[in-house]
Amino acid sequence: MGRILLYTFLLLATLFFLLPVYLVILTALKEPARITLDTVWHWPNPVYWESFRVAWEAFRPKFQNSVILALSATVLSAVVGALNGYVLAKWPFRGSNLLFALMLFGMFIPYQSILIPLFQFVKAIGLYGTLWGLILVHVVYGIPIVTLIFKNYYSEIPDELVEAARIDGAGFFGIFRHVILPLSAPAFVVVAIWQFTQIWNEFLFAVTLTRPESQPITVALAQLAGGEAVKWNLPMAGAILAALPTLFVYILLGRYFLRGLLAGSVKG
Amino acid sequence: MRDRITAFLVLLPSLVAVGIFVYGFIGQNLWVSFSDWGKNPTQALALRPELQFVGLENYRELFSGFVDVRFRQSVVNLIFFTLFFMAGTLGLGLLLAIALDRGPKGEGFFRTVFLFPMALSFVVTGTIWRWLLQPQGGVNVLPTLFGFPPFNFPWLTTRQQVLVFDWNQLPFYTALAVGLTLLYLAWQAHRGGERKRLFWSLLSSGLLLLWALTLGRNIRLLPYAEPHGFSLALVGVILAAVWQMSGYTMALYLAGLRGIPVEILEAAKVDGASEWQTYRYVIFPLLAPITLSALIVLGHIALKIFDLIFAMAGLDYAPTDVPAIYMYLLAFRGNQFAKGAAIGILLLLLVAMVVIPYLASQLRKEVRR
Repeated sequence: MGRILLYTFLLLATLFFLLPVYLVILTALKEPARITLDTVWHWPNPVYWESFRVAWEAFRPKFQNSVILALSATVLSAVVGALNGYVLAKWPFRGSNLLFALMLFGMFIPYQSILIPLFQFVKAIGLYGTLWGLILVHVVYGIPIVTLIFKNYYSEIPDELVEAARIDGAGFFGIFRHVILPLSAPAFVVVAIWQFTQIWNEFLFAVTLTRPESQPITVALAQLAGGEAVKWNLPMAGAILAALPTLFVYILLGRYFLRGLLAGSVKG
Repeated sequence: MRDRITAFLVLLPSLVAVGIFVYGFIGQNLWVSFSDWGKNPTQALALRPELQFVGLENYRELFSGFVDVRFRQSVVNLIFFTLFFMAGTLGLGLLLAIALDRGPKGEGFFRTVFLFPMALSFVVTGTIWRWLLQPQGGVNVLPTLFGFPPFNFPWLTTRQQVLVFDWNQLPFYTALAVGLTLLYLAWQAHRGGERKRLFWSLLSSGLLLLWALTLGRNIRLLPYAEPHGFSLALVGVILAAVWQMSGYTMALYLAGLRGIPVEILEAAKVDGASEWQTYRYVIFPLLAPITLSALIVLGHIALKIFDLIFAMAGLDYAPTDVPAIYMYLLAFRGNQFAKGAAIGILLLLLVAMVVIPYLASQLRKEVRR
């Protein structure tokens, strides 16, 4: 009895989570003329792959923007985070804990509260409407979370290792390169996954700071779906394109994905 | 010594960047919110606009000005969205976690399925659910596949409101809610035998309730009654948000359930506790800290919700408006930068009210350890 109830509940929950995906795929595979509201759940006949070609053509520049944006911002913020975490964990100075706390505050703020000055600033330095402006913004607002992850990770590395290397004559960067960096792979993976999914999926900065030629895919998708008289096969194919990279990361590296999620879930 | 200087110099750029982009910009935003930027169209788009200091005028207009009725509805929408989103996500997440904790076959599969929406962008989720919630399609025609009549709830397109109240009553209801919460805290303190805390929460609760019931009832923010309520168009948005986030609470709760020592559960069994009693008196209290963290995270997400609503209903649709949407609309479509900045500051205060007590309590725990 209890088992039956359990599996019924799990089945219903699975339907709740997967039916939307099923409908997205169905719709993306239908000929635009055959998409009618009362037959939305019918299997496409014939299957129409053309939507994906059209959507890919329409979204390819935005997809490329997203790839460049997410990869460069992720790499940059991982480097910044590793160095910051190394300093704060292994070279603390008077007041460094306070500065770290002040830094962390940056990940709790709602970005609406800095959006207008940020917009002005990016415009004033001539980066408005460029991908570089958006990369800069993501790196800067990523500093708190990546620093937190690396600092926590490096705190677990015994100070004796650092001390021993110092006695052997290694300096600040020498220790980082030969002692810390070889041990850092797990932290880099967590940070890379977290930043990549966050930046890929981000919308507020992207919609505020880009022009059409520098738009990432989230903005393009929102605008396509929001347009009037839209044929729904295209937004659905677009949604699949926009979702694939992060889904791929999730399915391949789910364990690390979850760890990042639990570490950084309060970020703005 | 040289290394110490190097270390500081390595950290310095990040400190400067955060200093400018977080603290500097918040300060500047505060100043903009006290200015008249946007009132004069010739100044609106200037790179260096000449701004006049107008004090709290923007805030006053938002709460009691004639034109900003949409802001007030967006605040009411935000309150209801936050409440139902948190309740739905916590409830479904807990149920899923309990189900998975009983070790069904294929647990890994179910976990993957329940968690995958977390990997999606709110824009993708919004696009998908916008299509699912078409009034004559998607979810509504699902029952017809099994021979049932279709649903006919109009989802996002409805303009109906329930639980309607007069905006002038907002201070009264707010004071009432906070007062009752404090009263509950006082009761908890009483049961825990914390006299000092009992005294202070009882005192502040008493004062608030007294104020609410006497003066609070007669406050008039507007010279006329202005009805606002729970906009039913939000039901679809809440559904989509729960779909996206309940895997996250499931993961939190599942980790919590797995962390409960077996001895405790054995002891409850030996004492003759029924299954329900075990949950009620042993397991749920042990999960309380997780619920608190989840509430903070979800509250944080809910208060600044923007992309989901943008993708589901767009900027110009008042029934699903929230402050973040209205802020964007005012500032970046209407060039009303000062008022937009004021909404930004209000959102910051709201989030601070949620996050700062939490961080303080976490910090105190760390010190005690």
